[in-house]
Amino acid sequence: MSARSKTLALHVGVILALLLLHFVLPTYHHGNLARIMVLSVYAMGFNLVFGYTGLLSLGHALFFAAGMYGSGLTIAHLGFGAEAAFLAGVVSAFIISAIVGALALRTAGVALMIVTLMFAQAGWYTILYFGEYTRGDEGFVIQRPDRVFWGIDLSDASNRYLVALLLFAATLIITLKFVESRFGRVLVAIRENEERARMLGYDIFRYKLGAVILSGTISGLAGASYGLLFGYVGATFATVQYSILPLLWVLLGGAGTVLGPLVGTAFMTYLIDKSSEYTAAYMIVAGVVLVLLTLFARQGIMGEVRRRFLPWLP
Amino acid sequence: MNLLSTKGLSRSFGGLRAVSEVDFDLPTGQVRALIGPNGAGKTTFVGMLCGRIAASSGRVIFNGQDVTAIPAHQRIAMGMAYTFQITSIFGRLSLHENVALAMRRRGDLSDAAVDEAVTDALRHVGLADRAGSMGGDLSYGHQRLLEIAVGVAQRPKLLILDEPTQGLTDGEIGEFNQLIRSMTGNTTILLIEHNMDVVMATADYITVLNFGQILAEGAPAEIRASAAVQAAYLGKA
Repeated sequence: MSARSKTLALHVGVILALLLLHFVLPTYHHGNLARIMVLSVYAMGFNLVFGYTGLLSLGHALFFAAGMYGSGLTIAHLGFGAEAAFLAGVVSAFIISAIVGALALRTAGVALMIVTLMFAQAGWYTILYFGEYTRGDEGFVIQRPDRVFWGIDLSDASNRYLVALLLFAATLIITLKFVESRFGRVLVAIRENEERARMLGYDIFRYKLGAVILSGTISGLAGASYGLLFGYVGATFATVQYSILPLLWVLLGGAGTVLGPLVGTAFMTYLIDKSSEYTAAYMIVAGVVLVLLTLFARQGIMGEVRRRFLPWLP
Repeated sequence: MNLLSTKGLSRSFGGLRAVSEVDFDLPTGQVRALIGPNGAGKTTFVGMLCGRIAASSGRVIFNGQDVTAIPAHQRIAMGMAYTFQITSIFGRLSLHENVALAMRRRGDLSDAAVDEAVTDALRHVGLADRAGSMGGDLSYGHQRLLEIAVGVAQRPKLLILDEPTQGLTDGEIGEFNQLIRSMTGNTTILLIEHNMDVVMATADYITVLNFGQILAEGAPAEIRASAAVQAAYLGKA
């Protein structure tokens, strides 16, 4: 089998396996996995910038929140239906990522981390400041009748899982196509050696901006879906914690691998889930695992799999 | 006709005048060697030509157009190619991808045409059988050859080579000389080079830079005979 057909078989296989799990998983894990798939979409968006372009953003919660509030607020205050609200969320994230990208990409390295973090903090404070509309920290619930998308009731657990899977599959395929495209390969070249890429005649700023906009829009799509699927919009999702989480998921799962975000998100979710059964200090367990991975599997789980067993893995 | 000219091109770093008022003309199709002692300002000079370093004053004219204010990537897109003095390849990408990236930027080649041209470019420098290896796994000399292949692959109007033979073996230098000679006619080449054997074997014309200024220009035989050049560069042996 060629690398191309192996890649196709693996990713279609993963999607089919997730579909199979829909029929066999007990309720608790079924709900968990739906959440993991939506958050993996967010992680895949983050991975485009961090894993493939080599830019460390600490402000992706802003894009996730832009999607979530873009859809939530239009439902709550403008009477949008779920479909229009979803679109409003994605468009909000697109616009905000274009603006933040155009400004933040004038910096690089540590300065980029700080600038993106500051933009995200400003976004979070804005949500709190306009508490009258956003209900601040407390957040607000999207009522069940507002969560019907093209006749599908998203509050139903079964529908929720299947829609989450659809979003996950679509994002997976888009990311896969994107990283294999000419544009995606230039991003990898920028990650590997920015000056060389520039001296091959590539407009680095334009490529980085493209990556940030696609990444931010996918993150916003995840945010909008999360609000509609789980029925809650809250300022927690705009905090720095939600900028750090995709970084951890991607690092654990394997930066610059297409399946890494799913593996990392699932791993981290279940790690916290299981360890919190035994201790309230579950973050210590997560911390130890992160240290171990950094010591023994620097490229994350899928990065290590690629290095040892499957060199063709995208 | 001159493919490249500079008028009063200067660059200062603080109080140091690295390149001072250089008027330079490079006719289309010529292989020009730029020589001079360490610190003469050669790399700064070509850095200003391709846009990696901003000029303090003066102008750069490329292909009839003033490019002084144009950013580096656009100058490359206009037909310059630059190979680095310190090898700068994509160490964790395959040789094939290293060269393909150089070709795809032009945007006029299909994937199949790129694959074919990549194989061709690698064969030119004798690396065709290692197309799948990672750039970083090559020996230093082979990395230099890859760097040259990346430059050639862009099919530039002007190819700027910054000390290309540094670290090459005698055999590889012989192949390099052949490669340069095989390109004459189609490509104008500006070559910064310390190895005088390479300069004498490849260059049509030589410019000598010293203390940021042009000390002498002429055909290889004239330069070799020039007392001023010998004093500044070749030593007073």
